[in-house]
Amino acid sequence: MKWTQLFRRAAITVGLASTLGLATPATSAELGYPEKEELTFGFIKLTDMAPIAIAYEKGFFEDEGLYVTIEAQANWKVLLDGVIDGRLDGAHMLAGQPIAATMGFGTKAEIITPFSMDLNGNGITVSNEIWEQMKPNIPKMDNGLPVHPIKADALKPVVEKYKAAGKPFNMGMVFPVSTHNYELRYWLAAGGIHPGYYAPHKGDISGQIDADALLSVTPPPQMPATLEAGTIYGYCVGEPWNQQAVFKGIGVPVVTDYEIWKDNPEKVFGITKTFAEKYPNTAIRITRALIRAAMWLDENNNANRPEAVKILSRSNYVGADYEVIANSMTGTFEYEKGDKREVPDFNVFFRYHATYPYYSDAIWYLTQMRRWGQISEDKSDDWYKEMAAKVYRPDIYRAAAESLIKDKLASADQFPDFSSEDGYREPQTHFIDGIVYNGQKPNEYIGKFPIGLKAGQKL
Amino acid sequence: MTSSSLSISKPASWKLSLLDNNLFNSAIRYVAVPLTGVLVFLLLWSATAQNIDTSLGKFPGPAAVWEQFGALYQEHERSREKAAAFYERQEIRNAERLAEDPGYQPKIRDYTGKETFIDQIFTSLITVMSGFLLAVAIAIPLGIATGLSRTLSSAINPIIQIFKPVSPLAWLPLVTMVVSALYTSTDPLVAKSFLNSMITVTLCCLWPMVINTSVGVAGIESDLVNVSKVLRLSPLKHVQKIVLPASVPMIFTGMRLSLGVAWMVLIAAEMLAQNPGLGKFVWDEFQNGSSDSLARIMAAVIVIGVIGFLLDRAMLQLQKLASWDKDSITH
Repeated sequence: MKWTQLFRRAAITVGLASTLGLATPATSAELGYPEKEELTFGFIKLTDMAPIAIAYEKGFFEDEGLYVTIEAQANWKVLLDGVIDGRLDGAHMLAGQPIAATMGFGTKAEIITPFSMDLNGNGITVSNEIWEQMKPNIPKMDNGLPVHPIKADALKPVVEKYKAAGKPFNMGMVFPVSTHNYELRYWLAAGGIHPGYYAPHKGDISGQIDADALLSVTPPPQMPATLEAGTIYGYCVGEPWNQQAVFKGIGVPVVTDYEIWKDNPEKVFGITKTFAEKYPNTAIRITRALIRAAMWLDENNNANRPEAVKILSRSNYVGADYEVIANSMTGTFEYEKGDKREVPDFNVFFRYHATYPYYSDAIWYLTQMRRWGQISEDKSDDWYKEMAAKVYRPDIYRAAAESLIKDKLASADQFPDFSSEDGYREPQTHFIDGIVYNGQKPNEYIGKFPIGLKAGQKL
Repeated sequence: MTSSSLSISKPASWKLSLLDNNLFNSAIRYVAVPLTGVLVFLLLWSATAQNIDTSLGKFPGPAAVWEQFGALYQEHERSREKAAAFYERQEIRNAERLAEDPGYQPKIRDYTGKETFIDQIFTSLITVMSGFLLAVAIAIPLGIATGLSRTLSSAINPIIQIFKPVSPLAWLPLVTMVVSALYTSTDPLVAKSFLNSMITVTLCCLWPMVINTSVGVAGIESDLVNVSKVLRLSPLKHVQKIVLPASVPMIFTGMRLSLGVAWMVLIAAEMLAQNPGLGKFVWDEFQNGSSDSLARIMAAVIVIGVIGFLLDRAMLQLQKLASWDKDSITH
């Protein structure tokens, strides 16, 4: 049922764009030259912007006839506004951003994504002071090191102590609809700490109603400095900003998002719907270049990662020291100083179909938006599915992947089986609290959480 | 020194040694003393730097900064090489496409790589000069008008007094929004970010020039004004022959003040609005938080200072050239 809908949309898109009116679906047409050759893409200084940097440095964009300028943005809001007002043609975005923009939470604009940029890659770091107080609550292994994953249960007594003393327990995340916000909330709530509700229908978008821990926004690169200044006691952010805290000796990462939800979808590549309609070939060609970059990043069991880290450590990309970026990018993660552990899948760019835009990934974000009140009212399961299909565009991905297969730049077994793929992952089990997620049944999923809004509940 | 020159009795050599002495004194004054000052500063700097531990490592001393100057220059060279390769690849690609698709109109696109430190210096210089010249074009006529007419002066004065102390950072959001609203060409001649910085610079360096010009014009000697009256000069001639020449020293003093303000404002504006230039370079490095970041920022600080100094000296030379009243020029 999803596929007929999809094909119809693809047909309409191509029909609109082509003056000849040849309403052939994008998937079967010979891929034409890009309509727009000079493009500007935005990014935030995080290691998971790597596919864009690699597509540029390895000439994948140029192979598609695209001349791309890559610009670092100050924060996620500036980046999103840039894409909406056309200053940027596309950008490295938080998965929640295109969804929230299309839904109208925050700035309303139709943003789509044909390409999911990576899996995992975030961590939660607390300051040294909090870590010392958490430590007694964490079970130890034989060698004296703490047992991972560390649950927020260990943090709960600390938060309660601060609350009793009348001190607000502040934590940082990067954006209201960021993966980090939902991950931090998920982790806190799984340990019985209430992260607070949003009530946009009442104009309350601070997200601190009923909260035990008060979450607020800080741009990723400024996280370590804000923690050091004592404004926040902990934060959830992407790399290299957790490892930076270890190197600077100002904080300790307690948990990675890989442990909160194994292989969770992280960033996406966002463009406006208008852009995709006006420049269909360009959209497909961008996706092609990004898929090739992602393949390069994961090739031969991460063999290219050291080279990628070298590129990312240049000041025009992430700019942090080689060692800091390499820590997580090359398959290890340093928790406490010296406690370096193997996390081979900390950053996944292509394996496990990481780049395919699954509808179920979009729906997970929507369920969390509902759980924390960003979506203030109940919605039907169909509403969730329609919203996901509006934003996530596997049709463009498929066109790009199939043309890569045709050009012998990739093989069919590297991608999902397009003839049978419905865009929903199998029910996913690897959550820190053991709750199973089935993208087909969002409302049932929302009902499973002890902390969070339930069906029919409105603040 | 004096004892040795006293022992010589011959008048000629006495004179010569006096000359020598003068030369020696001025050498001390203009070379040795400043050099010692700089050396002492460098020593103090490297001594204190050793003792400041930041979370990004030690505060950079002179040696680390010097090293970064080299690294920045090398980066620039490498970027130039990459740009050349980029153009080469582009030509080949254009030729290939032309062979396949004869209707295609090949176009050479600008290098898409990141601006280097040296590029950022030129961007900042161009922006500050454009903003400054725009301010000159507005402020001097306005200053002359308010200087000539007491009524106009009292009408405009409150506005000037209120806007004069406003920081550029307050103007910036307004400028950004207005520029994005009004400047919507699809193929813009100059980038929006350039306009934002330029207009912010203009707004901030307008006022010292207006005030100085106005004071200069209002203070023209009554004799000169009387001459003009006797000769029955037309208002335009009056401005051209009497007002302008008479107030040139004050106008240039205002311009020099303004250019100093402009340079300071620009760096702040670039930093806050992420507009290309030295300010953005500093902010980017701060965000990177690498172990070289502080040394690179320090390198930028020195360059900003040197350029500010050179701009001021250039204005001073211009002022000397244009002004008849050499006494009004202060260093």
